[in-house]
Amino acid sequence: MNVEQKLSQNKFVVDEGNPHIVTHQEKMDPAAVKALTMVCPAGLYTQDDSGKLVFEVAGCLECGTCRVAMAHLPGALEWNHPRASFGVQFRYG
Amino acid sequence: MADYDAIVVGAGLSGSTAAYCMAKAGLSVLVLERGDAAGVKNVTGGRLYGHSLEKIIPGFASEAPVERKIVRERVTMMTEDSCFTADFHSASRFADPACASYSVLRAEFDAWLAGKAEEAGCDIVCPAHADELLEENGKITGVKAGDDELTAEVVLLADGVNSLLGQKAGLKKELSPHHVAVGAKEVIELPKGVINDRFGLNDGEGAANLFAGFASGGMVGGGFLYTNKESLCLGLVITVADMAKSSIRLPDLLEKFRDHPAVKPLVAGGKLVEYSAHLVPEGGLAMLPALSADNLLLLGDAAGFCMNLGYTVRGMDLAIASGQLAAETVVEAKGKGDFSNAALSGYKSKLEQSFVLKDMQTHKHAPDFIEHTPRMFKEYPALAADVFTQLFRVDGTPSKLMLKKALPLISKVGFLNLIKDGLKGTRAL
Repeated sequence: MNVEQKLSQNKFVVDEGNPHIVTHQEKMDPAAVKALTMVCPAGLYTQDDSGKLVFEVAGCLECGTCRVAMAHLPGALEWNHPRASFGVQFRYG
Repeated sequence: MADYDAIVVGAGLSGSTAAYCMAKAGLSVLVLERGDAAGVKNVTGGRLYGHSLEKIIPGFASEAPVERKIVRERVTMMTEDSCFTADFHSASRFADPACASYSVLRAEFDAWLAGKAEEAGCDIVCPAHADELLEENGKITGVKAGDDELTAEVVLLADGVNSLLGQKAGLKKELSPHHVAVGAKEVIELPKGVINDRFGLNDGEGAANLFAGFASGGMVGGGFLYTNKESLCLGLVITVADMAKSSIRLPDLLEKFRDHPAVKPLVAGGKLVEYSAHLVPEGGLAMLPALSADNLLLLGDAAGFCMNLGYTVRGMDLAIASGQLAAETVVEAKGKGDFSNAALSGYKSKLEQSFVLKDMQTHKHAPDFIEHTPRMFKEYPALAADVFTQLFRVDGTPSKLMLKKALPLISKVGFLNLIKDGLKGTRAL
């Protein structure tokens, strides 16, 4: 079972047009981009063929790992909690 | 005049405990929770050591939604194709509520505890996201949540490991990738009887299993497996610093762990019903923030109250105790009419006199030892596998004495390393 299938079991409310995480690849070195693709437990960070960082906010588990992994690069990520009533809702936790 | 004596940000275990204790003492309390209900943003591995809640709500386990009482403790060293497990089972030795521990699922458990706080007289508003602290003349006067401005004499930040408010208020710095680990977890549904049979348990009894070695791909961290009533929690916890240098993605690593020949049969036939993740503050005292400021206290995960010793992982019992001690501090401050940092700094003294900071002090070298002993996650599991293979393998070639079997294997890792790590480990853990 891949991670997309796993995430589909979760309950999410997406805040359309108002992502709680915004990436700024121009502030990242290649190692940072690769780190994001490795650390995200939901696998939401990927790189396209041209090396561009692609981030999909729907499915975010709100763990904060990406923010911590980018802590040494100010401005690389804008990270906030989703607004009230949005984001993941764990039924088990 | 403030709207409330105290506003608590976050209805997790530390927040709801603090709210419950303050309300019981007659204070007016508001709890703001960003989830649609208490617990829906929270994740545990998990097991709750019950002692600290037992002191606040004696006999809590008879009414709270605990899953199973843990009677079986397993610690496993794992290689790609083997595992060596220490398995300790005793229903009687863990029977006393003072030392009992329970598997729990946070959505249900936190909702129960928040309900207790509400019964005790707190107002709980959810979903309400505390966006920022209100300040007047440099003094914190409350919380802004959406369009609402709510005022209180004191604000208790129980907003979890990603406490952006604690950072903004200057109580704590941004988390270091060396001090936090990322946990990823599957909840896998299985019938009660199947779980009982697979883990050798009676109804109501549970097992906890921690894994070192292959589980974390040799990185600093490990795997876990907890039995619930009718589900298993299977997951990994790996230091963010190591994960950032990894060549395998965290979700793929979890797949490999799940497919390990010793794990696969335990979860076989199960239905994945949820996939979750959370950061774990594992830095210990090295990441201890300022715990109070004028009109402000920091609780639970937000304060980094957590201990991972490899064989036990604790956070929730510390969070609950910190909630109780924060509440005591606030009740005393209310009595004196003084919520300045001088009055609230008694919180830290109370934590120092309690098991929370005493235990973190006792094990203050554990995080450093674990991070800087990579052999624990690679060479030692491999050594255990080789030694036991030698012991148990019978193939008709002339046998050797145990010592002769083990010596060449140990010398591969190095006797000195083994002695050094053994001494350091027993002193740190």
